[in-house]
Amino acid sequence: MAFSLRLFSVVKYESVIHEFDPYFNFRVTIYLTKQGFYNLWNWFDDRTWYPLGRVIGGTVYPGLIWTAGVMFKVLHAFNIPINVQEVCVFTAPLFSAFCSLAAYLLVKEIRGRGAGLTAAAFMAMVPSYISRSVAGSFDNEGVAIFALVFVFFLYVKALNTGSLAWSSAAALAYLYMVASWGGYSFIINLLPIHCLASIFTGRLTAKLYIAYAPLIILGTLEAASIPVVGFNAVLMSEHFGAFFAFGILHAALAIRYIKDILPVKAYNAAKTLVLTSGVVLMSGILLLVLFYVMSSPTFGWTGRSLSLLDPTYASKYIPIIASVSEHQPPAWPSYFTDLQAASILMPAGLIALFWPLTPASLFLILYACTAVYFSGVMVRLMLVLAPAACCLAGIALHEAIATLFKGVHAARDEQESKPLKEDVKAKKPSKPAKAGFWSILPGFSETGRPIPRDAAIVGLLGLAAVALFYTWHSIWVSAEMYSAPSIVMQTRGGDGSIHIFDDFREGYAWLRYNTPEDAIVASWWDYGYQTTAMANRTVLVDNNTWNNTHIATVGRAMASPEKQAWEIYRALDVTHVLVIFGGFIGYPSDDINKFLWMVRIGGGVFPDIKEKDFLGEGGYRVDTKAGKALLDCLMYKLSYYRYAEASLMTTGQLGFDRVRNVQIGKMDISLEYFEEVFTSEHWMVRIYKVLDRPARDGKLPNPRSSRGKIRRGSS
Amino acid sequence: MDSVTNRIHDFKSNASIIVKSFNSEYKKTPLRIKVIDAFIVYALLTAAIQFLYMLCVGTFPFNSFLSGFFCSLGFFVLSVSLRMQVDPSSTEFKGLLPERAYADFVFCGCLLFLVVWNFMG
Repeated sequence: MAFSLRLFSVVKYESVIHEFDPYFNFRVTIYLTKQGFYNLWNWFDDRTWYPLGRVIGGTVYPGLIWTAGVMFKVLHAFNIPINVQEVCVFTAPLFSAFCSLAAYLLVKEIRGRGAGLTAAAFMAMVPSYISRSVAGSFDNEGVAIFALVFVFFLYVKALNTGSLAWSSAAALAYLYMVASWGGYSFIINLLPIHCLASIFTGRLTAKLYIAYAPLIILGTLEAASIPVVGFNAVLMSEHFGAFFAFGILHAALAIRYIKDILPVKAYNAAKTLVLTSGVVLMSGILLLVLFYVMSSPTFGWTGRSLSLLDPTYASKYIPIIASVSEHQPPAWPSYFTDLQAASILMPAGLIALFWPLTPASLFLILYACTAVYFSGVMVRLMLVLAPAACCLAGIALHEAIATLFKGVHAARDEQESKPLKEDVKAKKPSKPAKAGFWSILPGFSETGRPIPRDAAIVGLLGLAAVALFYTWHSIWVSAEMYSAPSIVMQTRGGDGSIHIFDDFREGYAWLRYNTPEDAIVASWWDYGYQTTAMANRTVLVDNNTWNNTHIATVGRAMASPEKQAWEIYRALDVTHVLVIFGGFIGYPSDDINKFLWMVRIGGGVFPDIKEKDFLGEGGYRVDTKAGKALLDCLMYKLSYYRYAEASLMTTGQLGFDRVRNVQIGKMDISLEYFEEVFTSEHWMVRIYKVLDRPARDGKLPNPRSSRGKIRRGSS
Repeated sequence: MDSVTNRIHDFKSNASIIVKSFNSEYKKTPLRIKVIDAFIVYALLTAAIQFLYMLCVGTFPFNSFLSGFFCSLGFFVLSVSLRMQVDPSSTEFKGLLPERAYADFVFCGCLLFLVVWNFMG
């Protein structure tokens, strides 16, 4: 079901790849299937970050690409001729199904089978995870969340059984997690927290050691073998916590060992000895580490994790991280849309986990608490919260159902509610837990006296309603909100008809077939991956934002007056400029709306660009009261060039912008250094050619008619 | 002055008590465990020597240092785990056969070697 729920996007649109990042992954996967695994490590990509290029093998998280590549190879080994694109489109739904299984295993390990089943059901439908794993969103998160839950399962399994084999399996799963997503640092920090919490609450066992210590050693080495992580695995502050807990664990174990073996008096003396020497040693190491950390400007943290610990950090220092919408703190309603019933049941599950508090349930509690915090900082990390919320909600639901059914059965011993067979089955395990859980509520006594039968039935109906609403909501969300690939747009007209805007692909196809092979396209970085993947042209910057200065240069060019921008572009050998413009059809995430970020990022490196120059009266606006610099800058000109006449036909008003609902501030825009070569059907993609020398006579002959000829000729 | 000498004296007597009683208690551990203990100490010593060498000479082939250091450390960890599993005095692993524990140990060791070998560069 998890799989089929995510196929809405394929049904509604076609089997295309969504969003921005997936296009890059797709391109790398194609390379992998053609060139093989070993060449991937050495691939130097000259189609992007012109003139710098990018070493793909060393800067990519390869887990997803391996997965798709292996699936492709396996299918072909069975002589099933399938396209790479199809494999990529269906990878994420497949792994979300695996993820449900992993959630089942995890909760089963913690709480028993019934809770596992409900948790898996929640997991299969949680909207937050659907958003990242609909068919076609070929993104790292799709497989990484599965890996995350699976690592947790194996860790808990190792914790419960105390077997080295499970622990090493956890290390292998951790390798896969590191290979797929930067979020692995969440694991490497959560495990030490759990370890320390266990030690200080007196739950130190040999099993904890066996689960934790080999995982840290093996996991660190494995992480270091992935080129993109490399030596960071031992040098960055994110990982120090793990080693710190590792040391503490050994000290605690040594104390315990001595306690076992020595008589009491000697033990007390020895304990002080071990403690003092341990403290001295630790403080020595800590000093060394502190010295090392202080010597680097960011205290050894990467920018992204710093912005997690200090939510205001990114907006202060790194506008590029803050500019990505998914790095911003979420709004409250998004918790509800993304988790729905799970967010309500979660606290109940959290409380239920305290009876009885085993090391495994302690782990889940810690996981949930930290995940809630992180998701509060960044929308994207809602994904990390989703499995935790589902597990907790599953436990809560199971406990509630079990208790209520107990009430039903106690009142009348015969089974009346046959239709809910699964729930009856689910009731069997973990009987001792639920009495304790419900005893905290007023009205139910400590002895676990059953709830009156009528109340129980009403409660059951209520729970069923909650589950139904949750299902209904999830299906609606996955169908309506998260299936849109953002590369093909769909709107409903006033008469209920459906319009499909396919401007992006139109624009990229034009680039692919009408520009020379070595053309260099400048656009804002959001469109970099798509341009390289779909148009197969070299771009200046793309979504892998590793070089802030380079992006700032592009932002600066967009924010400069035409002549300066032309000089910048000529210096970078740019031949074409691509802008996304939504004013014609009302597409809100276009370049004009992103423009302030370009100014901020550009201004972060080049101080001559000041944000306040671009702000008009009362903030950012594009009409006559807009900031003077904005009216002069290249982005404004490229977006609104010749727009005044066009909008007269559709909106009946000269130069009316449908996104911002204002009349634009400058109508007669003429271009001297750029020439319009292509504008897509709904004006969303506009491509300009950078001229060799300024055009003499300001206005060019009507380019739209000549474009028509070219297109007819080529098609 | 007096208190300091007193303390040192205290400490000395304490230390001697610890060593003595540790020795006498340790004699009771079975031979098999003692062998594992020897290996643990050996692994720890190797790690320490490598770390000292790194401090003296420098980190240059960082790959090699890391893999060597973590290899010894890893074996230290694995054998501590093994020791805890096969220790007859512990009650945590009642159901576990020593054969199974050794098999797990060998498997993890192989995995560790594989990873180290891959990383050595």
